[in-house]
Amino acid sequence: MPDGFLDATTSLATAATAVAGVGLSLRGARRELSDFAAPLAGLVAVFVFAAQMLNFPVGAGTSGHLLGGTLAAVLVGPATATLCLTVVLLIQALAFADGGLSALGTNVTLMALVGVWAGYAVFLLARRVLPRRVASVPVAAAVGAFVSVPAAALTFTGLYAVGGAAPIDLSSLATAMLGWHSLIGLGEAAITFLAVGAITATRPDLVHGARALAGVQDLEIREGVRA
Amino acid sequence: MNRDVSTRKRISTRTLLLWGLAVTLVLAGVVSFYASGHPDGLEFVAEKLGFDSTAAGHAGGDSPVADYGVRGVENSRLSGGLAGLIGVLLVGIVMTGLVALLRRRTPAKRD
Repeated sequence: MPDGFLDATTSLATAATAVAGVGLSLRGARRELSDFAAPLAGLVAVFVFAAQMLNFPVGAGTSGHLLGGTLAAVLVGPATATLCLTVVLLIQALAFADGGLSALGTNVTLMALVGVWAGYAVFLLARRVLPRRVASVPVAAAVGAFVSVPAAALTFTGLYAVGGAAPIDLSSLATAMLGWHSLIGLGEAAITFLAVGAITATRPDLVHGARALAGVQDLEIREGVRA
Repeated sequence: MNRDVSTRKRISTRTLLLWGLAVTLVLAGVVSFYASGHPDGLEFVAEKLGFDSTAAGHAGGDSPVADYGVRGVENSRLSGGLAGLIGVLLVGIVMTGLVALLRRRTPAKRD
């Protein structure tokens, strides 16, 4: 989102929300970043940056790209994912003039907080419903990813209702945002399924959202043997 | 399809990270050239409903890699690819540094 869409008060409020959310995530990430999960965090951040460059066509003259919040949350845990997305948004805004500076708080709130935590919550629900197998993890991740995009779009609509710069009809804004972002959510789900699937198929013990199902004990023994 | 992952030989963390990095570099450096140039969902909706006009120019517009192109590099394929690689480098440095910082302040514990 560029500068100028939301008024100063709303931007300040989202900036405060972003600071609080990132602060809490800094504490939470310490618990998530165990010895074998830490290297994956850097990879997830650079992958999300690269994937956000890749706009895919969605239909009549519009495009979408990965937000990556759910993908990151399932792979490295939601608090670390919030940090990954925040770093990506920070670099995009500061170096690439992509995303306004006064809009940074809003962008962090929408993608690093709502995108990550809404997607992760839906992932947990979906994982509970699906069979308790590692193979369920990419499917649950895809469901979470699908929901996360319209969730972020709906949050934007809510913010626009409070502090939008132009007087527009809110129900048509909500309809348009939800409609297009549900389509984009399908792309988000597909990419998330592939990325999470690739890593759970090879190293489920590294995947935060699969560790409970992956038999981490294997890894403990293996590490012991190697040492 | 291999369903039972536990019986398969697992690749090392190092191999996995190198593969992930290779895919990421190809996406940022090469595939990004083929990304759709259409406005994204938000930009599209903003245009349709007519609130895109309030968008302000970016304060960082004079950055040497503004808008995913390296200033001074004429070839758009090269310029965009380089910008992507620079972005990967920047994000990688900041995130790895942050993780190292968070882990240094945490007493080593295994769970």
